[in-house]
Amino acid sequence: MSDTEKLEQGSAKAADEREVLLKVEGLVKHFPIKKGILQRQVAAVKAVDGLDFEVRKGETLGVVGESGCGKSTMGRVITRLQEPTAGSIHFEGQDITRLSAAGMRPLRRDIQMIFQDPYGSLNPRHTIGSIVSAPFRLQGVEPEGGVKKEVQRLLELVGLSPEHFNRYPHEFSGGQRQRIGIARALALKPKLVVADEPVSALDVSIQAQVVNLMDDLQKELGLTYVIIAHDLSVVRHVSDRIAVMYLGKIVELADRSSLYEAPMHPYTKALMSAVPVPDPKRRGAKSERILLKGDVPSPIAPPSGCRFHTRCWKATEICKTTEPPLLELKPGQQVACHHPENAEDQAPQDTVLLSAAREAVELVTPAAEATPGARGTARPAPTDPQPKTEPEDDPQESTDK
Amino acid sequence: MTELSKTGAAVGEPSPSNAPTAFLEVRDLKVHFPTDDGLVKSVDGLSFQLEKGKTLSIVGESGSGKSVTSLAIMGLHRLGARGKNVQMSGEIWLDGKELVGADPDEVRKLRGHEMAMIFQDPLSAMHPYYKIGNQIVEAYRVHHDVSKKVARKRAIEMLDRVGIPEPGKRVDSYPHEFSGGMRQRAMIAMALVNNPELLIADEPTTALDVTVQAQILDLIRDLQKEFGSAVVLITHDLGVVAEIADEVLVMYGGRCVERGPVDEIFEQPQHPYTWGLLGSMPRIDRETSDRLIPVKGQPPSLINVPSGCAFHPRCPYADIPKGDVTRTVRPELQQVAGGHFSACHLSQEDRTRIWTEEIAPKL
Repeated sequence: MSDTEKLEQGSAKAADEREVLLKVEGLVKHFPIKKGILQRQVAAVKAVDGLDFEVRKGETLGVVGESGCGKSTMGRVITRLQEPTAGSIHFEGQDITRLSAAGMRPLRRDIQMIFQDPYGSLNPRHTIGSIVSAPFRLQGVEPEGGVKKEVQRLLELVGLSPEHFNRYPHEFSGGQRQRIGIARALALKPKLVVADEPVSALDVSIQAQVVNLMDDLQKELGLTYVIIAHDLSVVRHVSDRIAVMYLGKIVELADRSSLYEAPMHPYTKALMSAVPVPDPKRRGAKSERILLKGDVPSPIAPPSGCRFHTRCWKATEICKTTEPPLLELKPGQQVACHHPENAEDQAPQDTVLLSAAREAVELVTPAAEATPGARGTARPAPTDPQPKTEPEDDPQESTDK
Repeated sequence: MTELSKTGAAVGEPSPSNAPTAFLEVRDLKVHFPTDDGLVKSVDGLSFQLEKGKTLSIVGESGSGKSVTSLAIMGLHRLGARGKNVQMSGEIWLDGKELVGADPDEVRKLRGHEMAMIFQDPLSAMHPYYKIGNQIVEAYRVHHDVSKKVARKRAIEMLDRVGIPEPGKRVDSYPHEFSGGMRQRAMIAMALVNNPELLIADEPTTALDVTVQAQILDLIRDLQKEFGSAVVLITHDLGVVAEIADEVLVMYGGRCVERGPVDEIFEQPQHPYTWGLLGSMPRIDRETSDRLIPVKGQPPSLINVPSGCAFHPRCPYADIPKGDVTRTVRPELQQVAGGHFSACHLSQEDRTRIWTEEIAPKL
């Protein structure tokens, strides 16, 4: 995309829209499965299967989804640690999709990654000083006052002591190691930081320390984050906008408040209702809990149409045949669904529920909650949360068997 | 051993030789591991009771002694070569039988039959070479003198009960052919095949996605209702605790710092560490506050547990009690109300004031 085009786009949009730092269009990453002597490709794991999104300067985009939904692969592809199969990635207007390793090198300064496992991401035979100063060496950058001084400043910035310079990773706890990883990622003052599950390996109290640290650093250094996590509470806490992924696709992309207050995609709704709330009083007060049945289908052969239709309680014939596009149904809230919640039905003519939809979920309603003492949830028969989409006559629904 | 009598008194049972009335009672349990670096005091004087049909959640950070406690109840510390490297004292009473000093063969008869355990990682807890069904059959036949055919029928019945689709077919699957959630269900089936009266679940949902976690928690709850068993649930996730527990025990540095009914622990927590845990959690149900309130510092070393109150180096209120008491005297559990106990040197007025004025509004 040219700069002028971007400017035009910028002026056309509302004034509060910030400059786009990263733009991803139609991103696809398939991992081939090869078999036989000739290693012919017989199938592919469709880890990421067509993503479109933008990350604006200074914001935090949270990416959530269950394991296997392709969120980590997405992170590795946008940082070009893995080659995309198709689609394009623009960073500050520059197409980086097909840049060679040498071509990427100058950009590595601006795009950094924080990894999940603070044990696996630090070389055990290097000192902290050498780990954190590696980016300077590799990029040939000579910071003011020398590398050592700068590294010590970075260590202080992330809440470690400058005396840790000559220590080895095994001398540190998990939380401290994660801080070292953060110091390394921030060494060259990157513009974009992609953090893949930055806190999930840490204890709650340490998790809070690292979340606060990342928050402070963003304010101080004007960082842009893409934070990949499976914990919806953490994502809600850190993100400005959130993308919900399911089987390699974004099913909903919205501002934090819109997403958590009025989720549109049934999957988002189910995902959020499954998060345990640390308040025993809410056990009974919760309006409803949607229990998805079964597991995520295989990304090797994802379901036709809407990928969620095999587990969705609102699925109709159109969901099985036509893939819903990601549409902006409300300013700042994009959703890919034929029958969204909290919004106008996108396919109102199609009202016949799939037979599987009736058993897709169990609803745990407050009435079914027993007294706190002898809790244990009675299981009501699966009911549809929005009875209006239910067909009047039952014989009809057996047609799609 | 002076502590033993003190904690014993708090429990209301002056003579330790008397069998307790509670279904499960742990009294002054200590599990220490001698190592080259020193004695690791993983559990250092823990007492609690649990009745049938109730769920007790043990919470705490890694290294606080949660899992060691559960393994001690199951009598798994004294097995094999590890048995030589553990020092255990105290008492564990299960249904009127004392387990710590019992004959290992006696404990083995109880294990899997009267008490069973669900582990965090089902892939490593199950044998990869044996079919799921055979592993359940084995667990059943150890305690029941039945034919393989009958046991297999029972295995299929259990797999069906825990919600595995097509149990007749999946009974012949290997663990790797199951997804994470299904493996966890299979392990629950294996644990429950003998209708145990005590079920210990050590982080049963930590490795699972939220949607699957909700399924598994629901399953545990249903099964508990059906079988009336006592459940000890070990977790670090206070959300899970709020969903499922009747009582909560907060552990820090191998000791219980607070214990009480779940509502009280969340509404009137009486220990600064519990406040820290609550403040550290991002919450999905509240408007996001700007910052989390983490507990500063690191969890303590179990070899050199800090003197006095083990939490004092991380406690923001350690200077409030007069003198050096927080640094020199180890606080004992004291009753706050009903079944609510807390081990803290702060006076109850101070704690109530700090909680209502400083902590609660920020959560």
